[in-house]
Amino acid sequence: MPEVLPAAGGRETNGQGPNLLEVRNLTQTFTVRGRGGVKGGEVQAVTDVSFDVRKGETLGVVGETGSGKSTLVQSVLQAPPPRSGSVVFQGVELVGTPRRELLPLRRHLQMIFQDPYNSVDPKWRVSQIVEEPLLAAKAGGRAERRARVDELLDLVGLDPRQHGPRRARELSGGQCQRVAIARALALNPAMIIADEAVSSLDVLVQAQVLNLFEHLRREFGLSYLFVAHDLALVKQVSDRVAVMYLGRFCEVGPAESIYREPMHHYTRALLDAIPRPDPEGDGPQTGETISGEPPSPIDPPSGCRFRTRCPRAEERCATETPELRPAGPDGAHLVACHFPVLGAAGEPGAGEQDGSGGV
Amino acid sequence: MSEGTISAVVGDASEAGPGGTRALLEVSDLRVRFARGDREVQAVKGLSYSLNAGRTLAIIGESGSGKTASARAIMGLLPRTAEASGSVRFEGKEFLGLSDKQMRAHRGPDVAMVFQDPARSLNPTMRVGPQIAEAIRAHDQLSSKQARDRVVELLTRVRLSAPERRFDEYPHQLSGGMRQRVMIAIALACSPKLLIADEATTALDVTTQAQIMNLIRDLKRDLGMAVIMISHDLSLAASYADEIIVMYAGQAVERASTRDLFARVRMPYTEALLDAVPRLDRPPHQELSLVSGRPPDLSVELGGCSFAPRCPAVRDDCRAAAPAFEEHDPGHWWACWHPTGEGT
Repeated sequence: MPEVLPAAGGRETNGQGPNLLEVRNLTQTFTVRGRGGVKGGEVQAVTDVSFDVRKGETLGVVGETGSGKSTLVQSVLQAPPPRSGSVVFQGVELVGTPRRELLPLRRHLQMIFQDPYNSVDPKWRVSQIVEEPLLAAKAGGRAERRARVDELLDLVGLDPRQHGPRRARELSGGQCQRVAIARALALNPAMIIADEAVSSLDVLVQAQVLNLFEHLRREFGLSYLFVAHDLALVKQVSDRVAVMYLGRFCEVGPAESIYREPMHHYTRALLDAIPRPDPEGDGPQTGETISGEPPSPIDPPSGCRFRTRCPRAEERCATETPELRPAGPDGAHLVACHFPVLGAAGEPGAGEQDGSGGV
Repeated sequence: MSEGTISAVVGDASEAGPGGTRALLEVSDLRVRFARGDREVQAVKGLSYSLNAGRTLAIIGESGSGKTASARAIMGLLPRTAEASGSVRFEGKEFLGLSDKQMRAHRGPDVAMVFQDPARSLNPTMRVGPQIAEAIRAHDQLSSKQARDRVVELLTRVRLSAPERRFDEYPHQLSGGMRQRVMIAIALACSPKLLIADEATTALDVTTQAQIMNLIRDLKRDLGMAVIMISHDLSLAASYADEIIVMYAGQAVERASTRDLFARVRMPYTEALLDAVPRLDRPPHQELSLVSGRPPDLSVELGGCSFAPRCPAVRDDCRAAAPAFEEHDPGHWWACWHPTGEGT
C-alpha cells in the first residue's frame, strides 16, 4: 500500500495536489425482474462516468432523484462493484480487488449517509459508536482510543463528557449526524464521501455541519466527494461541480463557472428552478421550469439522455451521444451537449442568457 | 380593491387589505399543548393571524417550532394527546371544540391539507383513482361513472400525464412528484377555500418542486383559494407567499408581507435563518454565519425572550422579560427588544 499521510496538514491545497481518486468509464447496471422472475430489463443506473478528485479538493455531484448519484457513490465504494470501468484510489485499483484487501483501503475512504439515525445503532452509546472503527482497525490501546474519541467528539462540536455516555437515540438529528462524522474521521481518512449528508438537517444545524466540513478541509487537507440534490448546498462546499442526469455527467467544471455560465440546458433548467431569496417585485419570482418527468433509466433515450425534455433538441441529439468536451476559455469547464447554452462563455455580452424566464 | 362593492367571497389578491373584507381565516391566541408522559409540552404558545381569500401565507420555522401543530389544529387533526385552545374562526365559524364528525364536514369543502410525504399519505393497496373518488363521494352523492369523470378531470387539473391510465395505477407505480400531484388532486376534490400545504415539496427535487409550487400558485389564482404553506425554506416562501410568519419555539417572532420582510429583516432569528442557508450568489467555501445552541425545551417555562440563549445580539433585558409580538411598523410585526437595524 502506498504511503499516505492523511492527517498531515495540507493547508489550502485546494485541488492543487495529485489525484486521490481516479474514476474511468464507470458503468453500473441492475437487472429488473418482472413477474415470475423473468428478465424485465436493465436499469442503466450509471453510464460511462469519468472524473478525478485531487487531494484537498471537493468535487460536488448534483443530480435529482434517479440520476444515479447514489449508485455512483456505491460503485466507487465497491458496494456493490460496478459492471465495468475503473476506480483508482491512492494509486490502487479497487475494481476487482477482493473484499479482504479492500478493508485497509476503506480506512482512508469514509462515507457519511443521509439519515444519521439509520447509520448508527440507536442503543449504542456515542463513545462506543465513535470508538468502533478504532477497535476494528486495532488502532491503539484502550486509553489511546478513549483519548481519540474525546478528541473527535470535541472536533465535531460535541462535549465528550456530556454527549459521550448518551445513547444515539437520545440525540437530535444534527447531533447524530455529527456522531456519524466523528466516526468517519476516526481513522484519519484521506477522503470522505458524503451522500446527502446534510439534507435532512434544519438550516441552522446544517450550517454548523457545513462549516465543520470546511474546517476539516482546511485543517487536514481532506478531500470530499459531496453528493446532493441541492445546488446551492453543493456550490457552498465544492471546488468543482459535476451535474448528473439519468446516469451520465452532462457538465463538469469549476463551481463558480458552472453556476455563472451553465452550458448544459439541464444545468440551466436546474438553476432556473431554484427559488430566489430576494423578491424584488410583486408576487412569485420563479420562471417556468422544464416540464415532464425524467424518462425511465431502464430504457433511456438514445443519444443525449436529456433530449426528450430539452428545448434545443434536434435530430442529431437522438443519433449521436454528446461527449463531455472542454468548452470555454480555460478548458476546465466540460459540457456534453451538441448545442450548448451560448452567451456567457462563448461570446461575453451576446447573451440570450439572462432575463428571459423560460426554458 | 374597494371594500363594499360586492360582499365578495374572494378577497382581492393584489392587496393586503388590513381592515378590508372579512378574513377567511382568523386565528387568535392559538395554543397547542402536548402531554408527554408527566410533562406538558407547549408546542404553540399564542399564535394569531388572519388570512384573506386568494392570499398565500407562509409559516416558516425549524423542526419543533410549532408550525405543523398550528396547522393541524386548524384542521382538527391533532393527535389525542394534544389539546388546542384559543380560537380558529373560518368564515366566522369557530372550529375549535367541534367534534370530529362536525369537523369532517369542513375538511374538504372548506379546508384541505397536503402533507410532506405523499407515499405515506396514500393507501398503497388501493388504486389511485378510487382513492380520489372516495374523497369526492364522502361529500357528494355521485354515481361511480360521475365520480370517475370528476377524478380524471381533477388529475388533468393537477397536470398529471395520461390521467385516464393513472386512474387504475397503484401509488408505487408513480414517482414522488406524481404522487404529490395525486395528493393535491385529493385535496382539491371538494374545491376547498383554504389549502394547507405542509412541507408539500420538501421531499421533491428542485425541478419537481417548482412544478408543484407553480401548480399550487395557478390553482390558487384560478380557484380563488387561500393557501397556507408551511416550510422551513425561506427562499421558497419568498417566491410564492404574499405574507410570511416566522415561528420560533411555538411563537410567531416576525410577520410581514414578503416584500417588507426581505427589504428589512428585524428579528435576529429570521436573519440567522437567512444567513445560514448556502446561496448561489456567494462564492464557494465561504464560512456560513452561525448561531449556536438548540431551540429551547418547550416543556419548561422560559423567562425572557425564547431566542435569547442563542441570539448574537442578546443583552441583559432580553433575559429578563419576553418582548411582545407587536406591529412596530405598519404591516410589520416582530418580537424583539433590539431589532436588527440594517436593511437595504
